[in-house]
Amino acid sequence: MKKSTRLGLILAALLLIPAYFTPIWTIKLTAPQYPDGLGMYIWMNDITGHERHDIRNINILNHYVGMKEIDPDLVGTLDIMPWVVGGLITLAVVAALVGKIWLAWVWIVLFVVAGTAGMVDFYMWGYDYGHDLNPRAAIKVPDMSYQPPLIGRKTLLNITATSWPYWGTLWIGLSLAAGTAVTVRESFFGKK
Amino acid sequence: MAQQTTIWKITSLLLGLGLLAMIMYGCPSQTGMLDTREAAQKVYVAPGEYDEYYAFFSGGYSGQLSVWGLPSARMFRNIPVFSQDPESGYGYSEETKPLLMTSYGFIPWDDSHHPDFSHTDGMPDGRWIFINGNNTPRVARIDLTTFETVEILELPNTGGNHASTFVTENTEYIIGATRFSIPYEMDKDVSIDSYKENFDGSLSFIAVDPESGEMSMDFQIIMPPYHYDLGRAGKGPSADWAFFTTYNTEQAHTLLEIYASEFDKDYVVAVNWRKAQEYVREGRARTVPAKYYHNLKDKNTGIAVSTVHDEVLLLDPKDAPDMIYFMPTPKSPHGVDIDPTGEYIVAGGKLATVIPVHSFSRMLEAIGNEAFEEVINGIPVLEYEATIIGEVENPGLGPLHTEFDGDGNAYTSVYISSEIVKWSLETFEVTDRIDAYYSIGHLMITGGDTPNPDRKYMVGLTKTARDRFLPTGPKQLHPAQLYDISGDRMELLLDFPTIGEPHYAQAIRADIIKPNVKQIYDLDDNNHPHAVKRPRDARVERDGDVVRVYMTNIRSHFTPDNIEGIRVGDTVYFHLTNIEQDWDMVHGFAIKGANSGEVLIAPGETKTIVWHPQRTGIYPFYCTAFCSALHQEMQGYVRVSAADSNVPLTWRTGDE
Repeated sequence: MKKSTRLGLILAALLLIPAYFTPIWTIKLTAPQYPDGLGMYIWMNDITGHERHDIRNINILNHYVGMKEIDPDLVGTLDIMPWVVGGLITLAVVAALVGKIWLAWVWIVLFVVAGTAGMVDFYMWGYDYGHDLNPRAAIKVPDMSYQPPLIGRKTLLNITATSWPYWGTLWIGLSLAAGTAVTVRESFFGKK
Repeated sequence: MAQQTTIWKITSLLLGLGLLAMIMYGCPSQTGMLDTREAAQKVYVAPGEYDEYYAFFSGGYSGQLSVWGLPSARMFRNIPVFSQDPESGYGYSEETKPLLMTSYGFIPWDDSHHPDFSHTDGMPDGRWIFINGNNTPRVARIDLTTFETVEILELPNTGGNHASTFVTENTEYIIGATRFSIPYEMDKDVSIDSYKENFDGSLSFIAVDPESGEMSMDFQIIMPPYHYDLGRAGKGPSADWAFFTTYNTEQAHTLLEIYASEFDKDYVVAVNWRKAQEYVREGRARTVPAKYYHNLKDKNTGIAVSTVHDEVLLLDPKDAPDMIYFMPTPKSPHGVDIDPTGEYIVAGGKLATVIPVHSFSRMLEAIGNEAFEEVINGIPVLEYEATIIGEVENPGLGPLHTEFDGDGNAYTSVYISSEIVKWSLETFEVTDRIDAYYSIGHLMITGGDTPNPDRKYMVGLTKTARDRFLPTGPKQLHPAQLYDISGDRMELLLDFPTIGEPHYAQAIRADIIKPNVKQIYDLDDNNHPHAVKRPRDARVERDGDVVRVYMTNIRSHFTPDNIEGIRVGDTVYFHLTNIEQDWDMVHGFAIKGANSGEVLIAPGETKTIVWHPQRTGIYPFYCTAFCSALHQEMQGYVRVSAADSNVPLTWRTGDE
């Protein structure tokens, strides 16, 4: 493995580190009574409000239609994600140190699998959250579910929900791009 | 022929009277109304947009302080200060009742006249606003992060605290004074006819802690038995001084409208408070018996606590030379107002035909030269000619109060001729006049009492509305007028009804206050001893005849909402904690048959209401503030059984 490839993999590992310190996704809810909106950030290991009490206030509003409370402690994925990303960092570093290109390919495959699984999990969580409603909810609208959009904007009764990637996703994307670029170059263009 | 002569006589008489009026009071005022469309544009604040200024109007006999936006003249809030407020539960809840305690017991009313902001370097800093209670002499502090009354201090040995609250340059002191002289000695029982021997005036200097804002009665000064009407702290060169007007130097004690209006001159009192403070620190003040309450809302618990004091420091001018002076001033002067430079001391010569203006620097010279007419109780009376620098002629009849625009103009409210006169601080001549609707008391210019006024708006606070609005019976609201003073002429923009009887008012740029206004009380900081922060901790406890209900409120239910085991004769405390942390998400609580009011609980707050059930039965309680979609469902029941019943104490919400 060329030195530049090794350095590229180290860079890819380093690029994942800031993803621990910034949310990876953001969801914002606006309503007539909430012109500034309520919102949540989804971090690798946590869900927090845009403002300090937003999660609490979202939960209070949601209970009228029977949605479950958002409790970060009950979302298992948040416990696993930091370890998965930690594993990807370690593997990138190991691949760079050992210098075996197949390890880099393993890293890419695992990265894509983990990323896809993460998005699927996020979708499933949103689906469950929007569909598994308390049958005794005060407000029941026939055929209505409250799944927030995975990405983009959606109107749910009086609330407009928007969901977009946040800075953490950018770091993760850059990491994958950097690692993939040097690996592809070494594998297909590097034999000079 | 005879008829013609009579007509001529009457015509001449009328002309003569008209001329006399012109000579005495100047030309009649002008309406000075802008083109309606232009005026409307100047006061229009579009939906969703904010006013440029917060204005605080005293409530007068409502005992409150109302909050307005300028220039729209929209009212935002009515802050209860000295009066119980059924709307919010202020003075009804156990937490707020102690604020209204005095040495005369619980007094749920007062007459609030003069608000003043806390100051830093002479400018309002937006931290607190103070206001006086005139009747049972008190001073209150309102926190401008929550717009709530947090402290009330009683003034001992004082009869009517009218010359208050006026605040010194860096909020060292709030001044107060006795309006109605009484025997200074506590609870002294004497003949009213012994006024001259036994009655006294007093001036009060209330210290303010620069960090917490907490007030304390630092010292009082005993004065001759005159009536001390209004006051002002100096500014700039005169910042170490405070000024008061006097009337009734005649020392009348009956039919004052005649007997207290005999002398051509009364006094402006000039007090070097800095020197007085030094004398007090040196130990020249006597400790004398007093009884007064100090009521302070505890920041941690939200509960007001009363402390009773039994003595006060009293300084006698006889023991404290070079500290206090009288400046003769015509005639029964009302307001005393200091121009932005701190040099001119303008008295509202209520019964005078001129507005007298004293010069601070000339006053110092006169003191230096000992230009004294006489000395009364250790207080030198300065020669009138030595301190006066101007007399504004033709000010109208009954000049009361003066504010300034910072460009060398003064504006004086004139009660009897119902107008505002504008005059020059250079020439002391009237330059403009405009009608007031009707009978103006105070006026207020945005920043007009500070070293750095905003020459934008002027509010005239008038006493009678008469025909100005749609009539509402024999009693009408007191009106106010908004004027534009940015141009050469004063222009009337708006005429609007107010609440209570606003005496004085204050205005401050909105951006000084707005960023600091709290949206919620932080539940984590709620250290109320009876707070419950989670529904699962809600409960009911009995201790003898005292039952405490620890209840949470959140959209849209109470926990607990079914309570049994209460007995006739119990004293039931409902401790309600609003566990919401969302701005403006307020819950209320009322129960059938409670002999008090409701309570309104802000997010994160705990409030308590006491209830004495007197008959058996089922008592509904409910949320009084429309909080949410299921507000009508936010209710509960209490079962009250006979005094000797053994229904067990139980409580619940829902089935779990």
